[in-house]
Amino acid sequence: MHPAFSVIFLTTLIGVGQGLFLAIFTGQSYSAVELLPSEDSVAFYGTGAMIALGFLVAGLIASVFHLGRPERAWRAASQWRTSWLSREVIALPVLMFLVFLYGVMHFFGWDTVLFTSPTGARLQVTLVVGTLGAIATFALFLCTGMIYAAVKFLQEWASPLTVINYLLLGTMSGFTLATAFASLTAPDLVHFFGVWTTLITLAAFVTRFASLVRNARIKYKSSIQTAIGIRHSQIQQKSMGFMGGSVNTRDFFHHKSPQFLRTVKLLFLLLAFFAPLILLWVGMEQNHSGILLAAFVVQYLGLVAERWFFFAQANHPQNLYYQTV
Amino acid sequence: MSNIHVAEAAPEGSYEVKNTTCYMCACRCGIRVTLRDGEVRYIQGNPDHPLNKGVICAKGASGIMKQYSPARLTRPLRRKEGTERGAAEFEPISWDEAFEIMETRLKKLRATDPKKFALFTGRDQMQALTGLFAKQFGTPNYAAHGGFCSVNMATGMIYTIGGSFWEFGGPDLDRAKLFVMIGTAEDHHSNPMKIAISRFKRNGGRFISVNPVRSGYSAIADEWVPIKPGTDGALLLAIIHELIKQGLYDRDFLVKYTNAAELVNRDESSDAFGLFVRREDMDVEEGCFDPQNKLWWDRLTDQPVSTLTEDADPFLLGEYTLEDGTPVKPAFQLLKERVEQYTPEWAASITGIPAETIRRLAHEMGIVARDEKIELPIAWTDVWGKDHETVTGNPVAFHAMRGLAAHSNGFQTIRALSILMTLLGTIDRPGGFRHKAPFPRPIPPCAKTPKGPEGVKPDTPLAGMPLGWPADPNDLFVDDKGEPVRIDKAFSWEYPLSAHGLMHNVITNAWRQDPYPIDTLFIFMANMAWNSTMNTDEVRKMLNDKDDNGEYRIPFIIVADAFESEMTAFADLILPDTTYLERHDVMSMLDRPISEFDGPVDSVRIPVLPPTGECRPFQEVLIELGTRLKLPAFVKEDGSRKYRDYPDFIVNYETEPGSGIGFLAGWRGKGGEKFMKGEPNPSQWEMYEKNNCVYHYELPKSYQYMRNWNQGYLRWAQEHRLTRYDEPINCHIYSEVLQKFRLAAQGKRPGKQPPAHLRQRIETHFDPLPFYFEPLESSLTDKHKYPLNAITQRPMAMYHSWDSQNAWLRQIHTYNYLYVHPSLGARHGFNDGDWIWVESMHGKVRCMCRFSEAVEPGTVWTWNAIGKSRGAWRLSPDADEANKGFLLNHLISEELPAHDAGEHVSNSDPVTGQAGWYDVRVRVYKARPDEPKVTAPQFAPMPALPGTGRTPKWLAFFAGRFTKKSA
Amino acid sequence: MTQLALVIDLNVCVGCHACVTSCKEWNTSGSAGPLCDDNPYGAGPTGTFFNRVQTYEVGEFPNTETVHFPKSCLHCEDPPCVPVCPTGASYKRDKDGIVLVDYDKCIGCRYCSWACPYGVREIDEHQKVMKKCTLCVDRIYDESLPESERKPACVLACPTSARLFGDVHDPQSEVSIAIREEGGYALMPEWGTKPSNHYLPRRKTRLHIHEDELVRADNPLKKEQREHAAPVDAPTLDDSTSW
Ligand SMILES: Nc1nc2c(c(=O)[nH]1)N[C@H]1C(S)=C(S)[C@@H](COP(=O)(O)OP(=O)(O)OC[C@H]3O[C@@H](n4cnc5c(=O)[nH]c(N)nc54)[C@H](O)[C@@H]3O)O[C@H]1N2
Ligand SMILES: Nc1nc2c(c(=O)[nH]1)N[C@H]1C(S)=C(S)[C@@H](COP(=O)(O)OP(=O)(O)OC[C@H]3O[C@@H](n4cnc5c(=O)[nH]c(N)nc54)[C@H](O)[C@@H]3O)O[C@H]1N2
Ligand code: SF4
Ligand code: SF4
Ligand code: SF4
Ligand code: SF4
Ligand code: SF4
Ligand SMILES: [Mo]
Repeated sequence: MHPAFSVIFLTTLIGVGQGLFLAIFTGQSYSAVELLPSEDSVAFYGTGAMIALGFLVAGLIASVFHLGRPERAWRAASQWRTSWLSREVIALPVLMFLVFLYGVMHFFGWDTVLFTSPTGARLQVTLVVGTLGAIATFALFLCTGMIYAAVKFLQEWASPLTVINYLLLGTMSGFTLATAFASLTAPDLVHFFGVWTTLITLAAFVTRFASLVRNARIKYKSSIQTAIGIRHSQIQQKSMGFMGGSVNTRDFFHHKSPQFLRTVKLLFLLLAFFAPLILLWVGMEQNHSGILLAAFVVQYLGLVAERWFFFAQANHPQNLYYQTV
Repeated sequence: MSNIHVAEAAPEGSYEVKNTTCYMCACRCGIRVTLRDGEVRYIQGNPDHPLNKGVICAKGASGIMKQYSPARLTRPLRRKEGTERGAAEFEPISWDEAFEIMETRLKKLRATDPKKFALFTGRDQMQALTGLFAKQFGTPNYAAHGGFCSVNMATGMIYTIGGSFWEFGGPDLDRAKLFVMIGTAEDHHSNPMKIAISRFKRNGGRFISVNPVRSGYSAIADEWVPIKPGTDGALLLAIIHELIKQGLYDRDFLVKYTNAAELVNRDESSDAFGLFVRREDMDVEEGCFDPQNKLWWDRLTDQPVSTLTEDADPFLLGEYTLEDGTPVKPAFQLLKERVEQYTPEWAASITGIPAETIRRLAHEMGIVARDEKIELPIAWTDVWGKDHETVTGNPVAFHAMRGLAAHSNGFQTIRALSILMTLLGTIDRPGGFRHKAPFPRPIPPCAKTPKGPEGVKPDTPLAGMPLGWPADPNDLFVDDKGEPVRIDKAFSWEYPLSAHGLMHNVITNAWRQDPYPIDTLFIFMANMAWNSTMNTDEVRKMLNDKDDNGEYRIPFIIVADAFESEMTAFADLILPDTTYLERHDVMSMLDRPISEFDGPVDSVRIPVLPPTGECRPFQEVLIELGTRLKLPAFVKEDGSRKYRDYPDFIVNYETEPGSGIGFLAGWRGKGGEKFMKGEPNPSQWEMYEKNNCVYHYELPKSYQYMRNWNQGYLRWAQEHRLTRYDEPINCHIYSEVLQKFRLAAQGKRPGKQPPAHLRQRIETHFDPLPFYFEPLESSLTDKHKYPLNAITQRPMAMYHSWDSQNAWLRQIHTYNYLYVHPSLGARHGFNDGDWIWVESMHGKVRCMCRFSEAVEPGTVWTWNAIGKSRGAWRLSPDADEANKGFLLNHLISEELPAHDAGEHVSNSDPVTGQAGWYDVRVRVYKARPDEPKVTAPQFAPMPALPGTGRTPKWLAFFAGRFTKKSA
Repeated sequence: MTQLALVIDLNVCVGCHACVTSCKEWNTSGSAGPLCDDNPYGAGPTGTFFNRVQTYEVGEFPNTETVHFPKSCLHCEDPPCVPVCPTGASYKRDKDGIVLVDYDKCIGCRYCSWACPYGVREIDEHQKVMKKCTLCVDRIYDESLPESERKPACVLACPTSARLFGDVHDPQSEVSIAIREEGGYALMPEWGTKPSNHYLPRRKTRLHIHEDELVRADNPLKKEQREHAAPVDAPTLDDSTSW
């Protein structure tokens, strides 16, 4: 596929937003059961949620560039029964609303305790909203992942790994950002987030690597033989019927060399997983927010590369029809 | 986009539907044009048209983009004073000025030396009018595209069977069982051929294609027989060899309808050697036909008898001696002796086709012809008065075109094909070859050129036709010294039977001033600075070249075109023509009508749109010019204007006063009650309009077959003035016409004699029986250095050079590759898609290659005329056509290297002057990596001519001025 | 239920592109239009077409087949492009099975084109909506046209009648019979899209010649033997035998 930058940014940015929200909410949940001290609701939960919202909004804006007719985007909510894209279109604003609500409640301290357990754990309203937000986050990951995983003839994508990767990679980037964010606003959470980030990053690496391994071994179901319905071992396209290109030659192929693809693959493995982990631990050791922030930035760039590669690697069977000018 | 989602609703607007005739190519299908608010909304095939029966082709369906193309010329233009020709700097002038310029200049030429005016027209369809103009002007220097196109096909067949493929006849695929297509990519009969082939295949017919390349039609052939270019003569002669050897020929047909059994004088010492023995005691009428006073050797009485003697049955083989001691042989015996040497094994080594395949092809043809006979219950009477209960046919059909024609050995190859078709008994019979009116013609047809310079006189029409059909050496258009009278040297000893002229040599000859200088070259509808000229690079220089006095060697060039072609750059005066949707036009019986097998058909164009800008139909221009020059056909006795305009001319013009013959055959007579012949009918146009713009006369069934010998048909044709004589037209297995030229070359004939240096050439090539020789160009090439054949072929979705301005069609072919077999890449170290050089002994071109398994490995080929000169056709300077597209013509020379026959002999068939486009030999090699990835050679970009349109960055064509959708 | 579709006969398609440009000209000014073209007179001209004809070579010289292969939307019975559309702009009509795009709803997200394995949807880069073959829905029901012309533009145009149009669910239709009797097949059956358009394969006609067809009693060569009867008075066995 041709990696469209709007989609790359859409998915990576909302991934960060989703992950960051999950991290913040995880922090609050832990403190709700008093495994962690509770933090300043304005500076940490409120601001954190707003930053997450910022990423979600940025992603939304990026998506607008992908749409030919963004003014009609509202129509995209109508087909939730069948379309994962439609579901995403619903899940994203729902999540944004919940994150917004979550943040606002923290800002304004609207945090009625609904219930306190005998052990002293308190159920606050924000926790309820946060839980709903977390559900929405997972739903959104599912939708986004399924948009790709559901296209069954894009065999690189048609796998549960695609959904898992969207989930883990987004969460990973959000937790990395949360670590850096905590170093500024809630220093006692840095290690908590750092450890989580490390675990998630390792898990993400494993699943992403697994998908690379899987994709390297794909047996394509479609071939030139099935494409035109002629059984012969030697078939070659001599002309695709037009010479100046078309949407079909532009939208479905990266037009880059295999070498370039390999380079991007190495780059994203490095930037998305290893470099950020090193920076993360160095940053935590040195208690240096700058380095922690750098870990996030590097990882984000790695994810952009990852997403580029994700698209570029997917081999659309329609390309069988567009091989030779 | 208010109502777009109502998927079934048609956008509103006011609609109009009009019929006319397509001219996106020379096929001339009937079209139906729907206009919305005056803009073209849809062009479809007219379902009620006999030619295309409702279908259309890629070009025809893209007429909208031609009509609204920015490359259209819309104003008369004059080369700016002080600018160089070719620099394409023009200023608009008025039509009045344009006419004055032409009138003054041409009047002077006509009054002094009319041959200094040369009118050459390209892929047009109005040769009846342009030819008339030239003749009336008095210049012999007129021809259309035929000479560089397929004159070999016309002459080779017409001199053999009295009709030809091309627009004059074709394969009867409705009834054929076996169809052999040779060297055809698309041809003129585009849509009808496609309709017919698919029906043929669906009916279970077997389709064999002989072609170095498997594309288009060949793609759907049941069998592809790849052949080395230029070697079909060898294949056909070997097939004839095998047919004769096996006795797989139609003896009855040969005896009755051909000269196969006629006795040929074999007395080498006689001046009549090689001529048919004629009975002196028989009275023969003089005329343009083949008198039947010849002899057979009767099997039953074992003695000579008059041909067609009742109860006689002649020998086809053997040798005999007449009473006076003259040794004679039947023509068929001579053919048999001729093909003795042409064994399938011999042909295999030349054609690259295994001998086994050649034999099998011969057997398939012979056996299908013999065993699948068709018998139609149609009674007819032959020209000798004998009644026949049925029409029979041998269902083997052939079709061939430029793959045979465009070689310098094409004439003899096509003779061989015509003879093969005759041996199989397939001439104008069901399932075989069928004529189309006005064919068959006598062999050769009657039209003749003047026979010498005295035919050209100031202020006088030419004393003959500018083009004709020589029947013997005395018909040549040469002076006392045997030198040509025409600028293109047609009908001279260099190319005696050049029935269509040699357009491809006009510019070179005019530039070299050989045989003489001319003053004004008028080019209509031909892109002679690009694709219809050989040696393009040099010819462009010649168009620009000046003599020692600083005068252009070709002093004045007028170009009438509809688009900003490469040729327009070299004009001194440009006349903007209308498109086919904007003008009246006729496909006349006097020219190349669109007749069907079952009878004559002609058709018209009627404008569906007003002219764009100041465009004026070229027909109107000629009539205006003819009137101003007071050419007799265009003015009354008193010199005043005779015809208001072209439609008026078409209705009222008669070939001779009161002849009743005019441009249109339909609805003649006062009220439209007559056809073919009759007084002018003032409502003729309306009647065509009401009838889908076409007139179709279906002959009675009994006149539809065997027309060479069909008494009913021949009398009908004579009565309706299609022909002068109703004499039989026997097929010429043996060509006495050719033998007469050979005798002249041997000094055995009184009258015109070839100049010494051409005697050998004439003697060799005017062989009365077909023979195989290597194409002249190859025989003069170092084949170790240039081992490959290079050919072009037509893409179905482009017409020559003129569709690059078409926004839709150019997306299909915006540049071209050289198709090569992968083994060439392996040998020379290049890959599919690489930039390579292709080089002949005349020049070289850089292009991209495409590997193909569908090409004979010794051949390379490309689509014709896709490459363009930078900036031409209103394409942006970076257009693919100029960057990646290339023109093979740079590699092909218009003249052969100096050899025995002279220094400046045309690269053409020595008999007919047909351009040898497909004879060139090349080599290929990889371009260096540091070379630019653009085609070479390159030319200075052509600027936009005044009056041409804007070229938008994008288009959203939506017909209907007032219902444009917002995008 | 009706399922309209095209059946394309590769046995007679000569690759002329008539269906390509006639589709373009009909649709650019029709309910699906305009069909835009970029750089129409410049480098890399590119535009929206609903139908394209491609060329393939099968096998090696000299046993090469050249196959011309037209392709437009196949109006799948189970079209993956439809359920993925978030707006409902892509839909399949119950009435006749035609898969269409409602331009007024389409947001130009391209997802449907990703979901089509055949590469037949083309986004219009200027109108920014998804376009594709409509099966000429604005012709085939147009009662102002004569019955015989209520067919897709490409079908009317095709000079070889390689394009048949009809209801593939009606077993008696021309298209169903062709599919059944001429070995009609679907493209990429592996994805279960059940394309309604079908293709008919190449079929070959061959000729078998028996040895005895070459030498026959009526061979015309036999007529060419000159009868050289020897003179009656020349010696024969009769002069010297006594049995
Ligand atoms: N290498 C190679 N060269 C070839 C051939 C080949 O096979 N190989 N084939 C040869 C053959 S057979 C032919 S016939 C020639 C054809 O060669 P040309 O006759 O030169 O044909 P075109 O290139 O189409 O050019 C015709 C001109 O007519 C103009 N034109 C189009 N429509 C109209 C109109 O309505 N009115 C007027 N006034 N002008 C119009 C076009 O703009 C163009 O400039 O090419 C020959 N050249
Ligand atoms: N679409 C379209 N139609 C056209 C034209 C056009 O430009 N475009 N031009 C029109 C004109 S002016 C003409 S003259 C006709 C010409 O119509 P065709 O004669 O069909 O045209 P060519 O393209 O010259 O095709 C010649 C074929 O002969 C093959 N060939 C070349 N050399 C040999 C050989 O030695 N032996 C054999 N057996 N085959 C050989 C080539 O591979 C090619 O397939 O087409 C007319 N129709
Ligand atoms: S074959 Fe020629 S005349 Fe017929 S529709 Fe096509 S372009 Fe027009
Ligand atoms: S061919 Fe593609 S666009 Fe057409 S219905 Fe099938 S999946 Fe949809
Ligand atoms: S591009 Fe249009 S039709 Fe396609 S999925 Fe998106 S909204 Fe639906
Ligand atoms: S059915 Fe209509 S829209 Fe579809 S390819 Fe044919 S002409 Fe184009
Ligand atoms: S119009 Fe017919 S023959 Fe021509 S390419 Fe299309 S399907 Fe094939
Ligand atoms: Mo031609």
